[in-house]
Amino acid sequence: MLEQYLPVFIVLGIAIVFGVATVLSSIIFGPQRPTTEKLSTYESGMKPVGTTKERVSIKYYLIAMLFIIFDLEVIFVYPWAVQFKKLFHEFGISVFISMFIFLVIFEIGYLYVYKKGGFKWD
Amino acid sequence: MINLSEIFQILPLLIIGAGILLSLVLEMYSKQSEKVLPWISVFLFIIAGIYSLFSINETRMIVFHNMLSVGGNTHVFYFIFNIGAALVCLLSIDYIKKYGTYYGEYYILVQSSVLGMMLMAGAKDLLVIFMGLEIMSVSFYVLAGLNRKRLSANEASLKYFLLGAFATGFVVYGIALIYGSAQTTSLEVITAKFSALSTNLLFIVGVLLFLVGFSFKIAAFPFHMWVPDVYQGSPTTIAGLFSTGGKAAAFSSIIITLIAIFSNSAQNVFAPYLAVIATLSMLFGSIVAIAQDNIKRMLAYSSISHAGYLTIGLAAGNQDGVAGIIFYLAAYTFMNLGAFGIVAMIEGEAESNLTISSYAGLSSRKPLLAAMLALFMFSLAGIPPFAGFFGKYYVFIAAIKSDLTWLAIVGVFSSAISVYFYLRIVVLMYFKELSSELTLFESKTGLIAVIISSILVILLGIFPGSILQLITNFM
Repeated sequence: MLEQYLPVFIVLGIAIVFGVATVLSSIIFGPQRPTTEKLSTYESGMKPVGTTKERVSIKYYLIAMLFIIFDLEVIFVYPWAVQFKKLFHEFGISVFISMFIFLVIFEIGYLYVYKKGGFKWD
Repeated sequence: MINLSEIFQILPLLIIGAGILLSLVLEMYSKQSEKVLPWISVFLFIIAGIYSLFSINETRMIVFHNMLSVGGNTHVFYFIFNIGAALVCLLSIDYIKKYGTYYGEYYILVQSSVLGMMLMAGAKDLLVIFMGLEIMSVSFYVLAGLNRKRLSANEASLKYFLLGAFATGFVVYGIALIYGSAQTTSLEVITAKFSALSTNLLFIVGVLLFLVGFSFKIAAFPFHMWVPDVYQGSPTTIAGLFSTGGKAAAFSSIIITLIAIFSNSAQNVFAPYLAVIATLSMLFGSIVAIAQDNIKRMLAYSSISHAGYLTIGLAAGNQDGVAGIIFYLAAYTFMNLGAFGIVAMIEGEAESNLTISSYAGLSSRKPLLAAMLALFMFSLAGIPPFAGFFGKYYVFIAAIKSDLTWLAIVGVFSSAISVYFYLRIVVLMYFKELSSELTLFESKTGLIAVIISSILVILLGIFPGSILQLITNFM
């Protein structure tokens, strides 16, 4: 069974060899004349300011988490909405009811976040 | 599509699921939620538990396109989880006041963790097991660190989360390899093909990874390092839930995944691995618990050694083994919750009164509590006629029947060691001077919960045969 994967390993091997070889050869054969301008950080032509390790407000994480949850809800609703007519002919009203129950459960979560002040920035 | 009659087959799950939504709405809109929520949770757990108990004899079937099983031992597990969680909620009512700030999420998270456990015990598909595991574990991570101002709670929560996520990774990788070798995640099909699959290296590696992941959850030896810190840092009542409900749920998942090894022990290719895990957990837990000064840490190491005794039943791989495990889990749930409950009642504000020495002379201050703690300690040590003895007895008998006599001997040896640290507390309570600085809190609901668990421990100890018969009927 494993021999089916042989081409994958060959491709993997070629990719690694190619990547390492190009980087190494440019280091070995390329001309190197470093100047201060060349060695400094390039940031869209601007002078770089401060460090990259800035502290981010925890509220961003909260918003990001809520975004993911609602994003996932949409992922479930889209295919259901697209196929609704076909499903309705086949299974009747229970198609509508089951999605409705799902949305009610979701809205309780939404209300909970709202009531607890999850959407307030300050 | 879903058949309406199928929905009512999973009534215990529906009760808790609807209870979570109801509790969320109450927590949002009611100012009285602190007083109402615990009682609603207790009520729902008792309803679901009693319903599961009385529907054990209903026809066993598999519903929702081979996803969930109904009736039989699934309902025995539902009963254990729900009654255990009801006891935890009763204990929490007064405990949470001295523990610090009240959060409404406490009871909601207990409910959702129980829903996860029930999914794990009722699963007939590896993905349902995974979903239940995640619902349970994520609720546990939050519950461990509920008091976010306390440093030890933060440590407990973070440690539990990181190691738990790591363990979940093992479980998922194991499931992926099982799927790769069996071409299905349905446990019915896997059980049917088990003898053919158990010669397939990919399948064996998958099941071993699955077992490694669950060894974290049951707190077995090489994967136990989170247990003492998490139990110490999290609320005492919640530590009781981790050690009973969480462990029982993980064992239920292992049993239903590997149910084939119990009907034909020749298929038990995992027996050497399980026997090693069992031996190391029993000895390590019992020996390290002797050195503990903090009673929660001591109970944590005792929980590691109990994971070892339970694993003997898996290593034995016969019908007696699985019946013994289920009986042991029921007994362990009630005796350990009772012990944690009394620890929660004795514990003072800001983690005081948690050393073993603070139990000195308890019998003169609180004779009833001391007597019940002594009962739980005797039961945990495995002294007849309490439930703990029969749990160990059935598991050891199962080991002897599958020619693992050495494992049973190690088990008896390890429980002899464990008698020392269990009975040390009894000796302190009854034969030592009263420690004067102990301030005790009253808790009526907690007392009720502890009395219920002591009655259950005695009942399981007096009528072990009939209960074991009930469990065996559903094999």
